[in-house]
Amino acid sequence: MSTKPIEIQPLGEPRKPSRVNVARRRAADHLVSGLAILATLVVLAPLVAILFYLVYKGASSLNVAFFTRIPAPVGEEGGGMANAIAGSGIILVLASLMGIPIGIAAGVYLSEFGNGRFLGNAIRFTADVLNGVPSIVMGIAIYSLVVKPQHHYSAFAGGIALAIMMIPTVTRTTEEMLATVPHAIREAALGLGVPKWRTAVSISLRTASPGIITGCMLAFARVAGETAPLLFTAFGNQFWSFKLNEPIAALPLQIFVYAISPYDEWHRLAWAGALVLIALIMVSVTLVRIFANRGMLKGGS
Amino acid sequence: MGVGILVEDLNAWYGSTHTLQDINLHIPANHATALIGPSGCGKSTFVRCLNRMHETNPIARATGVVKMGDVDIYREASPVEIRRRVGMVFQRPNPFPTMSIYDNVISGLKLNGFRNRRVLDETVERSLRQAALWEEVKDDLKKKSGASLSGGQQQRMCIARALAVDPEVLLMDEPASALDPVSTSKIEDLIFQLKSQYTIVIVTHNMQQAARVAENTGFFLNGKLVEFDSTHKIFTNPRDKRTEDYITGRFG
Repeated sequence: MSTKPIEIQPLGEPRKPSRVNVARRRAADHLVSGLAILATLVVLAPLVAILFYLVYKGASSLNVAFFTRIPAPVGEEGGGMANAIAGSGIILVLASLMGIPIGIAAGVYLSEFGNGRFLGNAIRFTADVLNGVPSIVMGIAIYSLVVKPQHHYSAFAGGIALAIMMIPTVTRTTEEMLATVPHAIREAALGLGVPKWRTAVSISLRTASPGIITGCMLAFARVAGETAPLLFTAFGNQFWSFKLNEPIAALPLQIFVYAISPYDEWHRLAWAGALVLIALIMVSVTLVRIFANRGMLKGGS
Repeated sequence: MGVGILVEDLNAWYGSTHTLQDINLHIPANHATALIGPSGCGKSTFVRCLNRMHETNPIARATGVVKMGDVDIYREASPVEIRRRVGMVFQRPNPFPTMSIYDNVISGLKLNGFRNRRVLDETVERSLRQAALWEEVKDDLKKKSGASLSGGQQQRMCIARALAVDPEVLLMDEPASALDPVSTSKIEDLIFQLKSQYTIVIVTHNMQQAARVAENTGFFLNGKLVEFDSTHKIFTNPRDKRTEDYITGRFG
């Protein structure tokens, strides 16, 4: 095969863009950046306002007793929400233990196995509908399905109600995050003789895990503040209770009860409860994020 | 040691497109065989039929006989068994992004439940040496992510990953087409050394590459195998007019 040396043509002077053009592009650039910043501020403003208002109204009622005592009877000074904080923790752990594994498993099925199948489409549709079900309806449904047959309210029933509310969010984010995992990576694993289920769990799911963890945290934060589904399930409790088959206190329930009461002292405690609820959600989401990052390999793209 | 591959009346479809038509061919053991032809002619589909990756696409199907040694891979083995015996290197390097270099190389064994540390360590070193990557990465095997390597290093790591499961056949689908000339020549040297121990099938658009590494070459066109012969014969004295037109650059 004969090769000819390639002749390289000089490019000549590059054409200069005209002055007007540059000025217009710059103006458009500034305008769009400005709009984006403005939109960000508009989004952040209510959030910051709520946080400040909560601190302003609630911080003064926060003291050690708030975190260590149970609610005081009407007319008595002091008292706290220790049982409600613990109760919320128990209900949320129960809900996460039930809702997250089921949600992730359904998401894996949708993305890796059920695509184009009738069952896959049915699950996707159900998840979307479930996501739109009002939370009070969820409470009533669990009341008739779990509470009535058992003849008593329970922490367990509250956990189930919240778990079902978490499932659609977890399922859909899992599915979407798995869809972003490049097909080439799955082929690499299949090409090594790794069975399909193992590829789905150890390769696809692991690659998508940062996004899936974010989805789980969103679901968690959403149900952590839910009140309506707990009214008919966990019911609330003015005393300590760690039993899963008995009514249990929860922060949102306690806030609700105090906020609609006629007493100023209780109103102040409700504000403090709201502040603590938001702070606890932020702390738990941040902690999960830190631990998740630590478990994952750094570097690379 | 490699095994020979016998292909009889292989046909493959994607949906209603008949991508491979009546392929008959014998790929000899412990040699490198190159497959050339214009884009879309069925070369990639053909190699994907050799390790049953073709059928991972839900709309794809294939008929015919592919024998690896004595085993009819479509009737006497599961896809998983076959893929453990046949390594595959893809066009673009596809490291597992969440894994270190070490874990990438060993992933085939680990994901199949193999846990003996000493054997794993030895396999990582042997495979990386075979892929000519050991000297470059031996100090950060567990520190660096596989995805942090350069493109050429990633591709050699993917070759090491394929070799770690101790296959008999190595399929390479344009393994150097996304790489620079230096990395390409490293990969070619590698193929040259590996072919004494493995049966290698390499798809390439680069005809010089086929001439450099392969004893035999097959020319595909529009889903048919036009000609299969020794590389020397294909490039100097092809029997078919279409082969001659393609290798002299008159079309394709």
